[in-house]
Amino acid sequence: MGNGAKKFMYVNRRAPYGTIYALEGLEVVLIGAAFDQDVSMAFVDDGVFQLKKGQDTGESNMKNFSPTYHALGDYEVTKLYVDRESLGERGLSQDDLMELTYEDEDDDYKEKPSIRIVDRKELMKLMEEQDVILNF
Amino acid sequence: MAFEIEGKTYETDEEGYLANLSDWSPEVADFMAKEDDCDLTDNHWEVINFLREYYEEYQIAPAVRVLTKAIGKRLGKEKGNSKYLYELFPYGPAKQACKYAGLPKPTGCV
Repeated sequence: MGNGAKKFMYVNRRAPYGTIYALEGLEVVLIGAAFDQDVSMAFVDDGVFQLKKGQDTGESNMKNFSPTYHALGDYEVTKLYVDRESLGERGLSQDDLMELTYEDEDDDYKEKPSIRIVDRKELMKLMEEQDVILNF
Repeated sequence: MAFEIEGKTYETDEEGYLANLSDWSPEVADFMAKEDDCDLTDNHWEVINFLREYYEEYQIAPAVRVLTKAIGKRLGKEKGNSKYLYELFPYGPAKQACKYAGLPKPTGCV
């Protein structure tokens, strides 16, 4: 990351379907990734459902865009923070989430997990470190 | 907008991208390329097929930076650079190749 890169965090709070926020938010992240900033995403409240495994939109006639989260690594978006309490409140655990990885260029292209489960306190601290926070 | 190949009509958006992904066939790619005075070689097809696979897997057309890197990984370094890709697709590798591949315009392309 060059000097002057800003820390951007995209906070996702809503379920993936039913509103356009999750899809639009994801597109903004992919577009923003071209600008070489220090990008992370946070998933809180119903936003944690965006990362749920085995999404099936067949009956709702909406595009299932969950495979696109797997492309985030290609876009060098490698920090996906998931709020542990939000998971718990919805009866979910890490096992219910997609396995998202990225290849670490600085470590012989080893595949590493992108999702990190964090406590609310850690998330608060991460938020405090950001230059820009965008909510979706 | 629309065009016709052998009596079948294909809907496109205002920039010529196919409206329905499922309408695509290799003939569609050939037709679009001819319109741009471009003859599709095996090298073009490598990129077009790669893009279709990428879309199938991730449901997005990759940004040019991502495409370049992925092509390099898949097809070798001598092809994973913008010079090579721009020679094949002078209107912009992501834009032009995605069009021929029947994909929407890449996310983030203006």
